[in-house]
Amino acid sequence: MKPELAIKPIVFILLLVPALYYFYAVYLALNGENILGPDPAQALSLATGEWSIRILVAALAITPLRYLLNMPQLWNYRRMVGLFGLFYVCLHLIVFLMFLLQWQWADIGREIVERPYITIGFAAFILLLPLGLTSFKAAQRKMGRNWKKLHRLVYAINILAVLHILWVVRSSYFDAVLYGSLVSICLGYRILRKYNPVVRKFVLLK
Amino acid sequence: MLIKTKKEIPASEITPAYVYKNRREFLMGSANIALGAGALGAGLISPTALAQADGLRARAPAEINLAAKPDWLVDKVSSRSDAPANGPYNTEEALTPFQDATNYNNFFEFGNGKGDPANRAQDFKIDPWSVEIAGEVNKPGNYNLEDILQPHALEERVYRMRCVEAFSMVIPWIGFPLADLINRFEPNANARFIEFETLYDPEQMPGQAARTSSLGWPYREGLRMDEAMHPLTILAVGMYDDILPAQNGAPLRLVVPWKYGYKSIKSIVRINFRQDMPNTAWNDYASNEYGFYSNVNPQISHPRWSQATERRLPSGLFDRRIPTQLFNGYAEEVAHLYEGMDLRTYF
Repeated sequence: MKPELAIKPIVFILLLVPALYYFYAVYLALNGENILGPDPAQALSLATGEWSIRILVAALAITPLRYLLNMPQLWNYRRMVGLFGLFYVCLHLIVFLMFLLQWQWADIGREIVERPYITIGFAAFILLLPLGLTSFKAAQRKMGRNWKKLHRLVYAINILAVLHILWVVRSSYFDAVLYGSLVSICLGYRILRKYNPVVRKFVLLK
Repeated sequence: MLIKTKKEIPASEITPAYVYKNRREFLMGSANIALGAGALGAGLISPTALAQADGLRARAPAEINLAAKPDWLVDKVSSRSDAPANGPYNTEEALTPFQDATNYNNFFEFGNGKGDPANRAQDFKIDPWSVEIAGEVNKPGNYNLEDILQPHALEERVYRMRCVEAFSMVIPWIGFPLADLINRFEPNANARFIEFETLYDPEQMPGQAARTSSLGWPYREGLRMDEAMHPLTILAVGMYDDILPAQNGAPLRLVVPWKYGYKSIKSIVRINFRQDMPNTAWNDYASNEYGFYSNVNPQISHPRWSQATERRLPSGLFDRRIPTQLFNGYAEEVAHLYEGMDLRTYF
């Protein structure tokens, strides 16, 4: 068995574990038990948001790492990690609608219009949807070059996600700086590789 | 001016006073048992054992996070009078459990997570503690905390605390009216505002050393003189029948129940009487979001959070949000302070 075949299910399970924990917490809450602290709605919203950005950035980092580490097998993980990103973004949105806004539809419309960070977060979610829907191999084949063009939307999605974080900054810029730097490095690497022949040659030599 | 609360709360939702009041007796009891066992183990009560016993008694319980509990302050807090049964100084709403009120805090001097203050404020030193009284007063100077508190009788006040992040708690404070302190230091005719400052000590307060902090230190807050003189406004030194834990603003904090929680500044070291309106830490960071007045108002939406409703903590995941009240339910007492002011402009 090739090593990556053994690793892939492990990565899959690792990415699923946080979600399973929070599903379990919601299951307990349905039975009147609480493991999420005194403000569980806020705790869930924060946790699903943090996992979303971590996994979105991880997906964005796969291509630079593939070249820098000369590990073509990393390609095998790109689709899975990207889909997990969409999965956690969906959970984040559902938590927001269900537990923070409690399905007050009038409020939901107002929140999306009035609060720029929610507008931006929602936009990132909408842009992620077509990527998820065209992630399977048949769509990839059928769309040809257009598939690649469409999936470059992840660059915009990650920038929107960082803006979303920047806009909710309250007492600390730490998260905004951390994820802003990581996204900048991942995107900056792509720009350098595309336009700078020296960089391209250097990484191809490895 | 005293208004009776109209709402009926089911008896089952109210934490009986004996539940939280017994806590301290229970803790003291277990400390005594531990000491007794120690003495038995040693076979005799040696001078060392006695010294250790004193040390244990002086040290604060872990959840209070203080390096030591000054005896005089503990005695002073235990001499407090009960909150009146009715009126704005009490509420029939269920108290937030001590555990939640002391482990879910915004005290950014100790970090940005809600659990950071409880985890990082360990061994916070409140003895000695001095407070500078400055500005437009006849009796300026540096006073130690004992002198600041000495003439004031402490009373319990059970207030709603509404955070701008749309959650709220109900907390039994122990303190005294700020008005009494103001009168004692005799502000002159120029004094129209009061400015408060929190301790600046990055060694004890790691949040103040963080480069990514959005707030400037020391944390500052302010009140208009009539707000400061209002009988609802208190300086607190205790909560839940004990002295304040470090994470809740030990040893001395402000409590202004009709304003968002961030106005109720913690760990005060300076009280400055001013002619002009002081800047505040949050207003300096984002003046479009945090106004000087910061009165609780469900009509005025904050750019980050709708203020129409709130989550009363501890909240279950499926609990409904409750409607937020104008001036946090203290409108009958404080609305007159803002008569003729457009609350949208002066938010």
